[in-house]
Amino acid sequence: MIITDEIIDYVSSLARLDLSVEEKTKIKGEIEKIIDYMDVLNTLNTTGVEPMSHVLPVTNVFREDIVAASVPREEILANAPEVDHGAFRVPKTVE
Amino acid sequence: MNIAFTELTPIKAGEMVRKRELSVEELTKAYLKRSIALDGEINAFLRIEEEYALKSAAAVQKRIDAKEELGPLAGVPFGLKDNICTKGLETTCASRILGGFVPPYEATLMEKMSRGGAVLIGKTNMDEFAMGSTTETSYYKTTKNPWNLEHVPGGSSGGSAAAVAAREVPYAIGSDTGGSIRQPAAYCGVTGLKPTYGAVSRFGLIAYGSSLDQIGPIAPSAKDCAAILDMISGFDEKDATSMKTQFNAVAQLEGGVKDMVIGIPKSYFGEGLNGEVREIITAAIKVLTDAGAKVEEFDFSILDYAVPAYYIIASAEASSNLSRFDGVKYGFRAEDAEGLRDVYLKTRTQGFGSEVKKRIMLGAFALSSGYYDAYYNKALQVKALIKKAFDDAFAKYDMILGPVAPTTAPKIGESLKDPLAMYLSDIYTVSVNLAGLPGIALPCGFDQKGLPVGMQLIAKAFDDEKLLCAAHCYQQLTDFHRQFPALAGKGGV
Repeated sequence: MIITDEIIDYVSSLARLDLSVEEKTKIKGEIEKIIDYMDVLNTLNTTGVEPMSHVLPVTNVFREDIVAASVPREEILANAPEVDHGAFRVPKTVE
Repeated sequence: MNIAFTELTPIKAGEMVRKRELSVEELTKAYLKRSIALDGEINAFLRIEEEYALKSAAAVQKRIDAKEELGPLAGVPFGLKDNICTKGLETTCASRILGGFVPPYEATLMEKMSRGGAVLIGKTNMDEFAMGSTTETSYYKTTKNPWNLEHVPGGSSGGSAAAVAAREVPYAIGSDTGGSIRQPAAYCGVTGLKPTYGAVSRFGLIAYGSSLDQIGPIAPSAKDCAAILDMISGFDEKDATSMKTQFNAVAQLEGGVKDMVIGIPKSYFGEGLNGEVREIITAAIKVLTDAGAKVEEFDFSILDYAVPAYYIIASAEASSNLSRFDGVKYGFRAEDAEGLRDVYLKTRTQGFGSEVKKRIMLGAFALSSGYYDAYYNKALQVKALIKKAFDDAFAKYDMILGPVAPTTAPKIGESLKDPLAMYLSDIYTVSVNLAGLPGIALPCGFDQKGLPVGMQLIAKAFDDEKLLCAAHCYQQLTDFHRQFPALAGKGGV
């Protein structure tokens, strides 16, 4: 299939990526080639085959709901680029 | 000098520590010195952690002195792939976006290794977020193949495999999403095991494709891998996909291959396979038949669909898993962003390398409305058919044998020029991940350029012990796993 500029713009917006013109052109070409190759899957009849998301016979993994200590807040925040009053700080999100 | 580094396997090193022929500190210092000296050329390590290693060594020696029951690898140094979280030690996935990230918690794998007295000496290089087959997509450095410095070590666990091949460390830990342990092990002439999905906890392994990722050992021999697997496998309530399995592989190594029936998938020996590799694998098959195994060819035409199904599923999961890297909670944040959306956009655009961006895009595309059924859902159906093809094969065979990769290690710079060709080189390994099976790569010869060739054995889920037993049997009859590159030949403890 043909990967249009619109598809690339839409998908990069979904992926929160802001690609430069050169990057866009390169990725577009490569994705188109890969998708073309992936279309070989259409030659395989999968009618009636249940899509498989997990290979092992495990369902509903439960454990007891026990209160336990987690990682201390300061240790989690120690990795943040910006911290304020015990919280992750980000630029203003609403005007 | 008591012993040359090239003779010092993980099991041998553990024995010497136990018999007090060497202290843990002596051993650790010797390997620190060696890895620092050799790594200038090889670049297997992102970071060698001297202070941390010496502290761990002293602590392990104390436990040995106190007669604590530790496993066979107590006191033995190892290298760890940089996508596994180490509490208090930087963990980057070889990505700019995780630069400076110091995990506040330990991966379950690390807890198990510490319990066994293993001594971490450094974090190894890898393809960024494990996306690549050459270790060239690392943001930080390019690892060289110790057998020929102009060639890649394979990937994505290329740092781990190169470090073991050069005997910079007795063994290393890698992760395998589509071949990332087996392929670099094959390219570097060492042994690499991808355990059954669910056998080793993934808690603390930074996710790429969660339904495919599995942690495993890279070491000189299958026997070493067995000892490592025994130490790292087992149920973990922090990983909902982990299984109640505790292997005891070392105890079951000596069973041999007599009367084992090994299936040879015809499609694994098709036109894509390099002629020299084919000859070497054929000779390896003969070693096993001479040892009493029976061999039978079978049709496995589903192989043609494995690579596209794999790349759709892996990229889809990656696009979801990597959405957590947003410049807010950890790692790199782009400067001069205006507003929160701009922080996300600029951080991710500057923080991820081009291969990672491409796979995120590919995954987001396959999951987007309008394309979901044609690509993602279709890939999951193909996965079901691949699983079924393996189930059918294992109804007849104890094991499946084939090559690990179609060629030996390519030259640095060759693979990234043609990404589709690089994806296709994963053809013999990815189906194993889609079906959740254990697979092992074993050194079985060298091509005319002197580069190692690996063969792959695949078993049914949770038959990891049997797999190691067959691999061990092969290694008892051959000495490819005892060979080492020239630059590893000097020195000892």
